[in-house]
Amino acid sequence: MNLYEFCYGIIHWLVDLINHLWYWLGNVFPWWFGDFFNAVGDLAASHGNIVVFTILLEVLVILIIAVINVLNFIWIDRKFMGRMFDFYGPYYVGFRIGGWLQNIADGIKLFVKEIITPAKADKIGFYLGPVIFVSSSFLALSTIPLGRNFGIATNPSGLGVPASALMAFAFFAIAPFAILISGWSSNNKYTLIGGMRSAAQMMSYEIPMLLTVASVFLLAGSFDFMDIVSAQHGIWFAIPLALGFVIFLVCLVAEVEIQPFDLPEAEAELVEGWTTEYSGMRFGFFMMTSYLRGYIGGALATALFLGGWHGPALIPEPIWFLIKAYIVFVVIEWMRWSTPRVRVDQLLNIGWNRLMPLAMLNLLIAASMKTMGWF
Amino acid sequence: MWNNMGPQHPMTHGLWNLRIKVDGETIVDAEPEVGYLHRGIEKLCENRTYTQIIPIADRLCYGSSLTWSHLYCMTVEDLMGLEVPPRAEYIRVASIEMQRIASHLMWLAAYAADLGAMIGFIYTMRDREVFIDLLQALTGSRITYNFPRIGGVAHDIPPNFERDSLRACDYMEKKLKEYEDLFDGSKVFMMRNQGVGVFRKEDAMNLGVTGPPLRASGVKYDLRKDMPYSVYPEMDFEPATHPDCDCYARYRVRMDEMYESCKIIRQAVRKMPKGKWRAVAPRNAPAGTGLGRVEDPRGEGMMYVVGDGTDRPYRLKIRSPIFVTVSAAKKMLVGYKVADVVAIMGGLDMCIGEADR
Repeated sequence: MNLYEFCYGIIHWLVDLINHLWYWLGNVFPWWFGDFFNAVGDLAASHGNIVVFTILLEVLVILIIAVINVLNFIWIDRKFMGRMFDFYGPYYVGFRIGGWLQNIADGIKLFVKEIITPAKADKIGFYLGPVIFVSSSFLALSTIPLGRNFGIATNPSGLGVPASALMAFAFFAIAPFAILISGWSSNNKYTLIGGMRSAAQMMSYEIPMLLTVASVFLLAGSFDFMDIVSAQHGIWFAIPLALGFVIFLVCLVAEVEIQPFDLPEAEAELVEGWTTEYSGMRFGFFMMTSYLRGYIGGALATALFLGGWHGPALIPEPIWFLIKAYIVFVVIEWMRWSTPRVRVDQLLNIGWNRLMPLAMLNLLIAASMKTMGWF
Repeated sequence: MWNNMGPQHPMTHGLWNLRIKVDGETIVDAEPEVGYLHRGIEKLCENRTYTQIIPIADRLCYGSSLTWSHLYCMTVEDLMGLEVPPRAEYIRVASIEMQRIASHLMWLAAYAADLGAMIGFIYTMRDREVFIDLLQALTGSRITYNFPRIGGVAHDIPPNFERDSLRACDYMEKKLKEYEDLFDGSKVFMMRNQGVGVFRKEDAMNLGVTGPPLRASGVKYDLRKDMPYSVYPEMDFEPATHPDCDCYARYRVRMDEMYESCKIIRQAVRKMPKGKWRAVAPRNAPAGTGLGRVEDPRGEGMMYVVGDGTDRPYRLKIRSPIFVTVSAAKKMLVGYKVADVVAIMGGLDMCIGEADR
C-alpha cells in the first residue's frame, strides 16, 4: 500500500461516514428535501470527489513533512553552528529537548510582527514574490518520493507526475525568478542589486548542475525518481560519478543560496539583499523556505547520488532517506559556516570556467560507462 | 547610480557614510562622509583639568582606548617636562602592546564577518578575551581603562601578571598559526583579498596614510622604530611590511604585527625593573606646548597640547589616523566591485570614534 492508496482509504472511509449522514437526512426529511440530500450524497461518494480530497490530504502531508523538516533543519543548523563556533546553540526554550522549541518561539515572534509594505514598492510584485518563491519550492518538494511507497506526486498507480526528476529541477529553478521580482518591486537599491545578482548567479550554476544530473539520467535510463533510485540498488551513483557528485554539491550550495554563494542576500554588502524590505511573517516565509530548499537540495542529492532509500532493512525506507538528506544538509552547513563569501564575478568564473568543463567530463565518463554496458 | 552605504549599514563599523557611484556592480566613484559621531572632544578638553581628560581620551577609540590615554599622558608629560619612572614605562609598553593585539583581533573578527566567514569572528573574539582579561586584571576594566596617569600609571602590576602574560603570548602565537590555517589556507579568502584594493606606495605617501595600510604598501614606517618613544628603543622587534599593496598585504601586516607584539610583551614583562610606578605631577602645567606621537594600531596618532599656566589646557589638538586613511578610500575603491567595498574598507580597520572626535 503506497501513500496515495493510504490517503484514498482514509478519505473513502470519511466520505462513507458523511454519505450515510446525507442519506439519513434524506430519510428524515423525505419530501422535496429528500432528492436533494440523496443527490448530495451521491456526489460526495463519487470517485472524482474522493480523488480531489485525497490529493488535498496529500498536500497536507507535504505541508507537515515540510514544516517538521524545516524545524529540524533550523535546529540542526543552530546546534551544529554552535558546536563549530564554540558555544552551545539554543538550549533554553523547550523542556530539556535541546532548545528545539526555539524555532517555534521565533515563528510566533514573526507572526505577531507587523507586515510592512514600503510606500513606493510595486504592490503586486511585492506580494507575488514570496508567493512564487514558497509555492515553487513546495512543488519541487512534492515530486520527491521518500520511499518506494511514500511518493507524493509520484506513485505507481499512474496518477503521479511523469519524469518527476525533471519536474523537480524545473520547479526548483523558479526561485531566482521570484527573487528578481521581489528584489525589483521592493524599490530599494540593495534589493535590486540582490535580485540582479540572483539572476546572474543562476546563469552560472544551473548549466553545470543539469549536466551532472543528465549523467545520472543517462546511467539510470529514466527521468523518474522511482527508476533512478531502483537503478542504484547495486551501487550508489556517487561512487562511479564521484566527480559529478562533487560538482552537484557545489552547484547545490549555489542553488539554495547559502554561505559561499549567498550573493543575493550577502548581509555584509547588501544589508540583507533582496529580503531587506520584507518584515514579519513574509520574511519568516523566506527564511523557512530557504531552509526548506536546503532540505530539497539534500533530498535531491540523496535520490540522485546516494541511493535514495536503499539501506539495511532494519530502518524503514523514508527514515533512511531522511538520514541521508540530513547528512547532506549538515555537509552543506559545514561549508556554509567555515568559508567566506565569493564575489559575483568569481562565481561566474567558477561556474563557466571550472564547473562547466568538469561537468562535461563527468557526462563523458557516464556516457562511456553506459557504452561499456556497466549500467 | 549613487548608493549610500551607511550610516546604518553592516559594512560601516561605526557611524559613517560611504557614498559610492556604481555602474552595474563596478564602482566608478566614491566619497566617504564622516562626522556623524562628532562629540566635540577637543572642545570638551578645554573645560577639564589635565587629570579629568584621561577618561575622555579613552573614549576616542573603543578598539584601542589604552593607546589614546597613553598618548595623552605622554603629551602632557612633554608639556610639563616630567620624568616617568622606568617601571611605569615598561608597564605602559606591555599594556599598549596587549591593547594592540586585542585591537587587531577585533579587526580580524570584523573583517572575517564582513567577508562572510562567521567562524573567524567567533574564534578571534574568543581569543581576544585572553588579552582583555589580562588588561582587566591590570587596570580593572575591559574597554575604557583609564589606566595611564600623568607621570606614570595608576597601579602596579597585579600578582602573577608576568606568568599570565607569558602564557597568553604563547597561547596567542599558537592561535595565530591556527588563523593562518583558517584564512590563508582558504582559497575563497585568498580570492577575495589578493589583488583587491590596490593602494600604490606613492598614493599612500602623498595622502598621508599611516599605520598598517602604509606598511602594506611597502613603506617601512613605524613610529616605534623611526621616532621611538617610551622604552621601545630597548625592545627587539621588526616592523611588519608587505610589498603587495592589496587587502591581503594589509591582513598580513596585521598578523605579523601581532607576532611582533607578542615578542614585545615578553621582553617588556621580563625586563621590567623594580621601583616606583608613578611620579608626582604638578596640578598646573606651565605655559608652552607639548607634542606626542605614537603608533596606534590604526596608524600614527598625534596630540598637541597648549598650556597657559592654569590646570586646564588652552587647546588640545588630536590627529586621528583613520580620518586621514578614510579620505584615501576613493583611491582604493574605484574600479572594483560592490562586494569588494567590505574587503577594502574592512581592511582599513575603521574606528569612527577617533575620526570624528
